[in-house]
Amino acid sequence: MKKGSYKKFPDKNGNFGQYGGRYVAETLMPLILELEKKYLFYKKDKKFNHEFSKLSKDYIGRPSPLYYAKNLTEYLGGAKIYFKRDELNHTGAHKINNCLGQVLLAVRMNKKRIIAETGAGQHGVATATVCALFGLECIVYMGKKDIERQKPNVFKMNLLGARIVPVESGSASLKDAMNEALRDWVSNVENTFYIIGTAAGPHPYPMMVRDFQSIIGKELKNQIIKKENRLPNSLVACIGGGSNSLGLFYNFLDDKKVSLYGVEAGGKGIKTGQHAASLSAGKPGVLHGNKTYLIQDNAGQIKEAHSISAGLDYPGIGPEHSWLKDTGRVKYVYANDKDAIKAFKICCKLEGIIPALEPAHALSFVLKFAAKQNKKHILVMNMCGRGDKDLDSIANHLNIKI
Amino acid sequence: MNNNRINICFSKLKKENKSAFIAFLTACDPSFSMSLKLLKAMPKVGVDIIEIGMPFSDPMADGPVIQRSYIRALKSGASLIKTLNLVKNFRSTNNITPVVLMGYYNPILQMGLKKFINKAKASGVDGILIVDLPPEVSNELSLELSASKIDMIRLASPTTTLERMHSILKSSSGFIYYVSITGVTGSKINKILSIKKKYMYLKKLINIPFVIGFGINSPKKAHEISRYADGIVVGSDLIKEIEKGIENSSNIFNNVMSLVKKYSKAINK
Ligand SMILES: Cc1ncc(COP(=O)(O)O)c(C=O)c1O
Repeated sequence: MKKGSYKKFPDKNGNFGQYGGRYVAETLMPLILELEKKYLFYKKDKKFNHEFSKLSKDYIGRPSPLYYAKNLTEYLGGAKIYFKRDELNHTGAHKINNCLGQVLLAVRMNKKRIIAETGAGQHGVATATVCALFGLECIVYMGKKDIERQKPNVFKMNLLGARIVPVESGSASLKDAMNEALRDWVSNVENTFYIIGTAAGPHPYPMMVRDFQSIIGKELKNQIIKKENRLPNSLVACIGGGSNSLGLFYNFLDDKKVSLYGVEAGGKGIKTGQHAASLSAGKPGVLHGNKTYLIQDNAGQIKEAHSISAGLDYPGIGPEHSWLKDTGRVKYVYANDKDAIKAFKICCKLEGIIPALEPAHALSFVLKFAAKQNKKHILVMNMCGRGDKDLDSIANHLNIKI
Repeated sequence: MNNNRINICFSKLKKENKSAFIAFLTACDPSFSMSLKLLKAMPKVGVDIIEIGMPFSDPMADGPVIQRSYIRALKSGASLIKTLNLVKNFRSTNNITPVVLMGYYNPILQMGLKKFINKAKASGVDGILIVDLPPEVSNELSLELSASKIDMIRLASPTTTLERMHSILKSSSGFIYYVSITGVTGSKINKILSIKKKYMYLKKLINIPFVIGFGINSPKKAHEISRYADGIVVGSDLIKEIEKGIENSSNIFNNVMSLVKKYSKAINK
């Protein structure tokens, strides 16, 4: 790898600059060290990679198409807009890419019991799905608040045979579900594999999740060269914990001419304090096993995040993003609840695609940004999830009964 | 070995062939004044070392009892500064009983490591135990600590290998805390006999006191374990008495103290 490459991180201790690391209780240390060892082994294992590719193709439906959003492009009159359509994956989001990788690892590590945290329920559904496929027990921790607002996914997980454990502690959303999952792991160290759903948590998770998701950007590179015979000018993705965005960005990190934009959830507005924009409005700290930007008070207590999108409602962010922010390689912006809903509606009407609320945040930025670019500018946005799961929330928001 | 309160305490107990009774309380649960009153009273009825929990919003290694205790404390206005003040107030009346602060890294990081250690030293803190700071990530803090002579207490657990035990030892002082079970605080101990086996296995390597905590929820269990362990930590079970006191408006102080007395008797029987 080139000197000065952005792609050579993390270092062997899981650090991205000052971020990342392994801030976990002693009981978990031997487990994450073992996981790292196994992951590094299987990452290079031919059979493992073959099975991952085969199931990616036949089960998930990869490669996901690269779609030229002509109507939207003409409507905005600026950049040429493409969607990388990871919402067409089996289970409706990018989350399954990572779940497939981790479950293949779990099987090889002889773990029969899988646990996961979920916010929007997409990661929960994806985990329940791969567990059904491999005949493994599946327990999903989900905040009570999220169970309310993502009912279709809760029902799906039940159908798939997962057990959902409602989490009422703290803010009853994603951060608390992650606390509970970590508590479960510490209590069931022998037989349990924890499938973390985003590029956060202690090393090796941020690296491992990124690697499994990086298939998105790898495909995109081939596809865009075929269609346009050049690299895009900019890539845009929404940011919850940061996995779909890293998946999109990773293979472009060293292509310095490609601008990268991560869109966080601005909730009701940064100034109201009710948001989930850890990079834009947080400070570095330690939570869930890694050092990263966090939404917290001056005394270091973690604050509740707020977003209309359950999948972005997290007060932290994967450590690699913290480092990419400090180095300036990726630009981080945010979109508020209202803007996301507006973008959501435009996407439905103009493109006939009902997006999840998460990528609707990315789209909200695209609406503003693309309009200001010239027609030669090529922009690719990760359409990382479909909106089926959000219909209730959106109807509620629009005061419509369905 | 330097002559700090922790070492003096364990040497004395060793001479008497006794095991240390270490009581855990959350700072400011349910209030600063109640914590102070309990801290002051406990050494008089046999508590040898006091562990004070520093409340944190996301205590990922704690069970429901201590989680709720942290929430109550934070609601009552707890902060790291107040926790240190609590120790300072306690120290003005007791210069013997060792005090160990236990908690999570983020509040300390936000205060600043230097500032925290200086204040802890000035307040009379003897040791700190940070749950989410294993040796791999504690270089910064260890450097700051070594000059202050505050002990870095570390955890060992049933998953700890001999190899890891060496690196834990290298960066610990005061005592080492054996987490009896794989689980969160307040979990049940199922196989009390297997604890002894693993404890003894690790103990061979350890040249400082080695205490046992997590899941000790009855004086009977405490007695059993105190027959071989250098010390016993009791936390959730005491905090339950605070909870009961709040729920049925009984006297929190009396509830906790009467249970403390039972443990004290059982441990040094
Ligand atoms: C569709 C969708 N997009 C994005 C996210 C945010 O996660 P990440 O930033 O890890 O991609 C989620 C999380 O649940 C999601 O379901």
